[in-house]
Amino acid sequence: MPQIFRRSANSYARLSLLGALLLAGGLIGLIMAIGSSSYVTRANEFIEQPIQFSHLHHVGDDGIDCRYCHTSVESSPFAGIPPTKTCMNCHSQIWATAPFLEPVRSSFRDDRPLRWIRVHDLPDFVYFNHSIHVKKGMGCETCHGRIDEMPLVLQQNSLQMQWCLECHRAPEQFVRPRSEVFTMGYRPAVPQSVLGPQLVKEYGIQSLTSCSTCHR
Amino acid sequence: MRPNQNSQFRNSQLPRGLGRWSFGRWECAAILLCVLAAGCRQDMHDAPRYDPLEASPFFRDGRSARSLVTNTVARGGLREDDHLYQGKVDGQLTDTFPMPVTAELLARGRERFNVFCAPCHGRTGQGNGMVVQRGFRAPPSYHEQRLRNAPAGYFFDVMTNGFGAMSDYAAQVPVADRWAISAYIRALQLSQRATVDDVPVDRRPELDQAPEVRLPPGRPETPPAPEAR
Repeated sequence: MPQIFRRSANSYARLSLLGALLLAGGLIGLIMAIGSSSYVTRANEFIEQPIQFSHLHHVGDDGIDCRYCHTSVESSPFAGIPPTKTCMNCHSQIWATAPFLEPVRSSFRDDRPLRWIRVHDLPDFVYFNHSIHVKKGMGCETCHGRIDEMPLVLQQNSLQMQWCLECHRAPEQFVRPRSEVFTMGYRPAVPQSVLGPQLVKEYGIQSLTSCSTCHR
Repeated sequence: MRPNQNSQFRNSQLPRGLGRWSFGRWECAAILLCVLAAGCRQDMHDAPRYDPLEASPFFRDGRSARSLVTNTVARGGLREDDHLYQGKVDGQLTDTFPMPVTAELLARGRERFNVFCAPCHGRTGQGNGMVVQRGFRAPPSYHEQRLRNAPAGYFFDVMTNGFGAMSDYAAQVPVADRWAISAYIRALQLSQRATVDDVPVDRRPELDQAPEVRLPPGRPETPPAPEAR
């Protein structure tokens, strides 16, 4: 009986096994790459808002502190979106007749809230609390980036679990003095490798990586 | 000849049940569809509950965050203490504080002042903050005689109820912080009219020394060379 396969078929068989492995690996890699890409996480994407509120102008140019509007950031899980009245504190006089700000004025007049589009939206199965992060010396900038340089706010980080854990595993790399939490463009006066462990000790920061820290 | 041999081989060697079941393209498509459809569900990402300030189609005004019914008082929240909540004693604005004025209170006051007041009043209270430079009506300087004579309760009252072009800060600044800011305004007023007599005798020599330039820790005078990574 004649042979069905030639001798070279052995090599092809081995090669195709290897190829299948590579293909499977590549596919898994591709899926992971897509999963953490900004296409899925929507990072670095400008989001249209009902009014083009510029943090670049209000924070960068005017030097208004984060807490002027986000009043509950130090005391509650939610940083707080300011009511329209906070806008009107200044805009009752500045640009008081600008057509651009008409949605703000009509919101104030009719007592109808502005519908801001949320930029940093964690999944509902994640518990996150702003106040504890602020108290432990996590700068706004560490997660939100240079807000003072953003005309429209965009999400600069993936907000994926891997990214949270980067800091939860090694908080000493990111912690800053409490007095600098709201500073934009902060640079440590002494090297972070010296300052970080000191602050971790001083503030009693724990490296919390158990599942139930965030998934509760 | 060949196909016949092949089919014989399949029937005899493979376990029954598996060999007959052919894994066709329809099954493949069904599994793929299940996997893809499962990836689309966001139930756990967006649970059936309201995030803070989330919109709600249930209420006519579209808000899930309900405001209090007018004149509601939370249990234990009745504001009976006129001194603490209105800055008044016997109906008159008072110059006393409802809490001891400590260095801690002043430090808190400075922090809150720089957040909420400095945009207009300026960090020294001269009324030349950045928002005023952008066109807001300039507030009076704290260092004019009228405001130097004003009781501490007056500043608390203005923060609580607003005055002139300034709207009230009752929602943004809690009661205790408003008193801390009042105390800090007093400190600012003292700072601008201080004399040598205000300095303890044993510390006066320090006045002759050149002022130490203290930059905030976050902003060195010259940016350090970027660290090698």
